[in-house]
Amino acid sequence: MDRTPRTHPRKSASFDDYTLSEIRRAAATGIYDIRGGGAKRAVPHFDDLLFLGASVSRYPLEGYRERCATDVVLGDRFASKPIHLKIPITIAGMSFGSLSGQAKEALGRGASAAGTSTTTGDGGMTEEERGHSDLLVYQYLPSRYGMNPRDLRRADAIEIVIGQGAKPGGGGMLLGQKISPRVAGMRDLPEGIDQRSACRHPDWTGPDDLEIKIGELREITDWRTPIYVKVGGSRPYYDVALAVKSGADVVVLDGMQGGTAATQEVFIEHVGLPTLACIRPAVQALQDLGMHRKVQLVVSGGIRNGADVAKALALGADAVSIGTAALVALGDNDPRWADDYADLGTVPGAYDDWHEGRDPAGITTQDPALAARLDPAAAGRRLANYLKVMTLEAQTIARACGKSRLSNLEPEDLCALTLEAAAMARVPLAGTDWIPGRGGF
Amino acid sequence: MCGIVGLFLKDRALEPRLGALLSDMLVTMTDRGPDSAGIAVYGAPRPGRARITVQSSAPDTDFPALAEALARFDAEVAAKSTHAVISLDAPRLAEVRAAAEAVGAIRVMSAGEAVEIFKEVGLPAQVVDRFGIRAMAGSHGVGHTRMATESAVTTLGAHPFSTGPDQCLVHNGSLSNHNNLRREMLREGVRFETENDSEVAAAYLTARMAAGRSLGEALDDALTGLDGFYTFVVGAKSGFGVLRDPIACKPAVLAETDQWVAFGSEYRALAGLPGIETARVWEPEPATVYFWER
Amino acid sequence: MPVFDLAEQPLRALNAALHASGGDNGRFEVLNPRGAHSVAVGVEHPCEIEVMGPVGYYCGGMNEAGEITVRGSAGPGLAENMMGGRVVVEGDASQYAGATGHGGLLVIRGSAASRCGISLKGLDIVVGGSIGHMSAFMAQSGRMVVLGDAGEALGDSIYEARIYVRGTVKSLGTDCIEKPMRDEHRAEVADLLEAAGIAADPADFRRYGSARKLYHFDVDHADAY
Repeated sequence: MDRTPRTHPRKSASFDDYTLSEIRRAAATGIYDIRGGGAKRAVPHFDDLLFLGASVSRYPLEGYRERCATDVVLGDRFASKPIHLKIPITIAGMSFGSLSGQAKEALGRGASAAGTSTTTGDGGMTEEERGHSDLLVYQYLPSRYGMNPRDLRRADAIEIVIGQGAKPGGGGMLLGQKISPRVAGMRDLPEGIDQRSACRHPDWTGPDDLEIKIGELREITDWRTPIYVKVGGSRPYYDVALAVKSGADVVVLDGMQGGTAATQEVFIEHVGLPTLACIRPAVQALQDLGMHRKVQLVVSGGIRNGADVAKALALGADAVSIGTAALVALGDNDPRWADDYADLGTVPGAYDDWHEGRDPAGITTQDPALAARLDPAAAGRRLANYLKVMTLEAQTIARACGKSRLSNLEPEDLCALTLEAAAMARVPLAGTDWIPGRGGF
Repeated sequence: MCGIVGLFLKDRALEPRLGALLSDMLVTMTDRGPDSAGIAVYGAPRPGRARITVQSSAPDTDFPALAEALARFDAEVAAKSTHAVISLDAPRLAEVRAAAEAVGAIRVMSAGEAVEIFKEVGLPAQVVDRFGIRAMAGSHGVGHTRMATESAVTTLGAHPFSTGPDQCLVHNGSLSNHNNLRREMLREGVRFETENDSEVAAAYLTARMAAGRSLGEALDDALTGLDGFYTFVVGAKSGFGVLRDPIACKPAVLAETDQWVAFGSEYRALAGLPGIETARVWEPEPATVYFWER
Repeated sequence: MPVFDLAEQPLRALNAALHASGGDNGRFEVLNPRGAHSVAVGVEHPCEIEVMGPVGYYCGGMNEAGEITVRGSAGPGLAENMMGGRVVVEGDASQYAGATGHGGLLVIRGSAASRCGISLKGLDIVVGGSIGHMSAFMAQSGRMVVLGDAGEALGDSIYEARIYVRGTVKSLGTDCIEKPMRDEHRAEVADLLEAAGIAADPADFRRYGSARKLYHFDVDHADAY
């Protein structure tokens, strides 16, 4: 018997199991992997920041009597009817088509109960969401699916979408499985075909044209409706500055953890900036133009709890937006559907084939039987609860930092646990007064 | 972590004693702020004349140089330890100020028709003696003893802060949004000498007044613009005001007789004032602007 | 008839008046447009608008019921996302004319530049002259009739829109092919020409549309993506 010691089986760090499976899948199918959600890789994030609570040199606020205000006004730069939110957490744009009608209704119910806005998506405005949303932001996208002046006039705000954090520079995609007769009708497309959305707007390119486009939308809505510009995180300093110069009331900035209904995995994981790295350059742009707090900044991409909300606000955002977290609150990836997820070859918490329309939770689907699994009233209640918990958490932190308004949180209230986070957030490494890279970015 | 005092005289017969009364009040607040002390005294304006108080860490060389530099402006320089008071023709205030600031290490503490500000590192009793405050006459004044929190113990870090003509502010408390406010005001061209949160509060009020608000209205604005815990006493040419934040944790006592109105962080500061036995004594309400002027 | 002289009055006054006109079938005249943007946008109620000169971007944008005539040329995005009514331009139109239009009729008596009818969603476009490159890109539905020539990449990634061209086509875009003209198509062209008030023989036109090969992913068409 050979007693020579054996080398322990060693797998490659570069060619790990996931990578190997991807190579085999690509070789078998001839198509890149398409999925929903946002970046799954680990990137520097809000978890790498900590708040400095009050102690002797600062004084905290008591929990109940001493109010910590959470309301925020979006869009008071030019619009005669700005949006007043009770909480600085909004629901990000998600399309009817990618989501079921029930899911859109639930988002509207939850957001309205919590005093905030929800947003349409690529595909137009549905009665479900308009009817159940006290405040509804109507997205103006390159595809212009479902775009019409009637809905434009009954929107509470208009969001010109230039990009998404999951795929800055990319267009949309909705595969044929989800193009039901209703979805097809709203988008002026044949049923059941793969639907591509353009990556550029059809009738303008660049900030000089954008300024004229914003002017047109203001004229059509008689200067009532706030106009947001949404960009994916890539060159936030320049993009935010140009959005301001183009006349936006609000800039929405979506980091790479931000979700999408469907796009190429390679796009999601390899293009764009982490949310943490987006905020300070964006705020810097606003400050350099003297427009911080005048043009509001809404940050999205990987916001999960009240600490994330408070950190985004402390770094200079006026509000945040959630998409993926809102879907989880509705019931996405819930362990109660473990058997169904197993049938799809996945597990709760990992399901991201939203484009296939077979969502066991009935959210990212157009299948009537699956969609019926989601009770819009109960799911809306869960979302409202979740929004309120996040708000309470953010208030808890702000009070501990001595703030009577969430918006009074400052970068000076934060320190960073890692060099990367310190450099990206431009706050000192914990226990030091060192901000790596200070003086430039 | 700080002590503040203020005295506003209604009875002109008391004016020669203002410096002495205010000095006693200040010294009783030593425990609350042993790091540094400062005082602002509003003397009688002289027609057509203005005054600038300056400070130098090298007074022996800077002040003679200052007198020489200002000779052409018909300005008089009266040195008092590390400070000097320049008396000048009111219309030439800006030029004289610029000429003074160009000399050595000179810093302007205050400028206006009535106010003189003296502040220095050290115990309040030492600071009062060094500048001869007890001998000063005036209509009203404010004082501050400092226990530094997050900014350095320096002359410039001491209160009162003056960011506008005849304006001054003393502060007890801790602001929580001063970094953001400072950044905004810096962009609007406001100059700051220190990292002190109280200087931000003073500059905020000055900016509101520059935008056309009265001092009382500017204090109202501060209730929404400034966050944190604060008691302010602010001085202006015609009087002084008091403001506490809506939570009102930091101590404050007001007393009033027919002869005067006085403010102290503690009653101890008021105990030596003439007629205190029969004065109306009360704690100012939260988020309420108090103002006295003549 | 209300007259808006844009040399004297702001654009806002014009559009506010058009929005307030409330279906009274009024007539409006616009003087001195001088290339102004967003002239007569979002017209919701039936009315006639005559613009006496060249306009800039987005004239007639999102028009629902207006009968808009431009006695001059039009800048980019003419009648973009138009829903109904009619927009007629006597001169040429710049790029993106009729972009994403959903309904109504757009008539350009001169030529249109690039991307005419991009992302078309039901609007009918009749062009007296020629159209530029990338016209009818991703056009979903609606019809285009072109009396002159078409530039490069006509109908790239086209869905169900129908294109009729009398002149030459420099090149067809991906998934766009020529299709046979049958009687129903000639009748369609005749109707559109009549509606546009332009005389031509429908028999002279050729028809282009989707090969529908991009409707579902196929690895062997990957070079087209």
